Amino acid sequence: MGKIKLLQGNEACAEGALYAGCTFFGGYPITPSTEVAEFMARRLPQIGGAFLQMEDEIAAMAAVIGGSLAGSKALTATSGPGFSLKQENMGFAMLTEIPCVIVNVMRGGPSTGVPTGPGQSDIMQCKWGTHGDHPVICLTPAYVQEIFTETVRAFNLSEKYRTPVIIAFDEIVGHMRERIEIPDPGVLPVVNRTKPTCPPSEYLPYDDSKGDVPPMANFFEGYRYHVTGLNHGTDGFPVNASPRIHTDELRLIRKVEGNKKDIVKFEEYQLADAEVAIFAYGVSGRSAKTAVEAARKEGIKAGLFRPLTIWPFPEEQVAALSKRVKAIIVPELSLGQIIFEVDRCSKGRCGIEGIYRVDGDPITPAQILAKVKEVK
Amino acid sequence: MAFNYDQYIRGGKLPHIWCPGCTYGIVFKSLLRVVDTLKLNRDDIALVSGIGCASRLPGYVDFNTLHTTHGRALGFATGIKMAKPDKHVLVVSGDGDATAIGGNHFIHACRRNIDITVLVFNNYIYGMTGGQYSPTTPLGHMATTMPYGNIDPSFNIPELAKGAGASFVARGTAYHAAGLDRLIVEAIQHKGLSVVEIINACPTTHGRRNKFKSPTDQLLWMKDTFLPAVAFEKLPPEKTAGKLPMGVLYKKEGLPEYCETYYGLVERLKKQKEGRAQER
Repeated sequence: MGKIKLLQGNEACAEGALYAGCTFFGGYPITPSTEVAEFMARRLPQIGGAFLQMEDEIAAMAAVIGGSLAGSKALTATSGPGFSLKQENMGFAMLTEIPCVIVNVMRGGPSTGVPTGPGQSDIMQCKWGTHGDHPVICLTPAYVQEIFTETVRAFNLSEKYRTPVIIAFDEIVGHMRERIEIPDPGVLPVVNRTKPTCPPSEYLPYDDSKGDVPPMANFFEGYRYHVTGLNHGTDGFPVNASPRIHTDELRLIRKVEGNKKDIVKFEEYQLADAEVAIFAYGVSGRSAKTAVEAARKEGIKAGLFRPLTIWPFPEEQVAALSKRVKAIIVPELSLGQIIFEVDRCSKGRCGIEGIYRVDGDPITPAQILAKVKEVK
Repeated sequence: MAFNYDQYIRGGKLPHIWCPGCTYGIVFKSLLRVVDTLKLNRDDIALVSGIGCASRLPGYVDFNTLHTTHGRALGFATGIKMAKPDKHVLVVSGDGDATAIGGNHFIHACRRNIDITVLVFNNYIYGMTGGQYSPTTPLGHMATTMPYGNIDPSFNIPELAKGAGASFVARGTAYHAAGLDRLIVEAIQHKGLSVVEIINACPTTHGRRNKFKSPTDQLLWMKDTFLPAVAFEKLPPEKTAGKLPMGVLYKKEGLPEYCETYYGLVERLKKQKEGRAQER
């Protein structure tokens, strides 16, 4: 039995990071994510880790990448406008394959929008926010306990696949307090980056001959190498030529898309005999679960597919679902974003209905139930 | 015996990208001599850069090297230094990289007084993109984005660094290469944020459009323009017109260094915790 606590989602995220071995935080204050930074500011000096409040979100992202390259597991947390500012350096970490975890506590609206309200309208930005083709892993927990375990998983995936991992949850889950159990050390697996075993003279930081994830040396460990945001060869030095750029970018994508079995995680609730499915994540997933329960009470065969990994998208699962249900309902706190992915994977095999809301309030179970009745 | 630069240069990585007449090679060699003079262990050096001609320097040298995004080198460097405070973290940056897009990071690194050495290669222009005006381009100078002459006032980099809180500020030039070695040595030895502005020449995108007939003219301009700070200060104002001081321009020892302060706090918390454990 671990420790039982009453925690806010943001605090559970910070606890999860510490559990995973995070010893570095770089951030900048922004609502509604600031509690993650405040928690880390209190705890990291206690355990000898590094906490930095930087001059802006861009520098915070840069510091996190620097901290990781120097050997620390590193975290940053932000929200909408800050997430936009971090994008360039996130792309740098993707191309240079430096692990780190970025939390986006999603609020509403473009621009300053609704800082204190929930949103799910950054979900496409999570996938496409930085320029160029790039691999993305993005997790979408919906419960305080889940934020803890998914934060541990985020660090594990980041270290395992040598890539940044985004955790995107909404303001409601971030600020909600729930009972959680923090497992004793050793209960949840903790993954550390694979380091090279070859002599430094033979080390190639981007050598993909033995697999899509090359071992990573930290700075100052005798493996002096070059890291650049330019497309590079296996030795890390700029390459401006065919076919290396093409094959290496394909490898980066394959690193994630080729390991979907390991990365994609979801909850299926009452789906086995469902005629109407709801595809929802985060706070909308919570409302959807209540709606499914209410529908079942009325004898309606409704079920929930709740992704905990939104990127890479659970394509096979949604495709399979579309073959056996009459319709998939997609409630989201946006004006319609993830519905396009559901639609893409369903290929017209079932009806697709969206429920959109961007007024700072969550989608209610009643709203979803009404839609279920409409399409059943 | 001639200095062996090869020992620090990565095999097969030369020739460098810099144009004929560019003075960056002079600074590059100075940096290598300094690392040798200080007997720094190359495994313990992180050399970080942003984007631009100067920022391509790290690729050539056999240290831990990091070529980042435009203007952000100091953010990355700060992360590295905080994670590994006992290592040597050096930043090379250009005038645009450090004071335009990276201006915010530059002033805040100075304010924090974190033990990083920043070498700002000031060639008064955006060279890599072909000669657009930068925050240090002199008034009236021609640039591709100031085709009628620059109207944008300049930063004085040492004054900016000093005002922002850097505890060591120096200025050297590619012409005064021997003096430059001494400045970089002192900057690295200094505990705290040290800035060395290094005056450079970009004949390709700046000099030839601004009445410097050859790269040599730009070096001679440095020779005529920059006076040792001690001599500069003794001159009456009418004799300093058009001249600028070089050397160590500002130095303050004993100011709290950021990592020392932070890890001092870590130690204090550790002792408090041990104290509380004993009381129980």
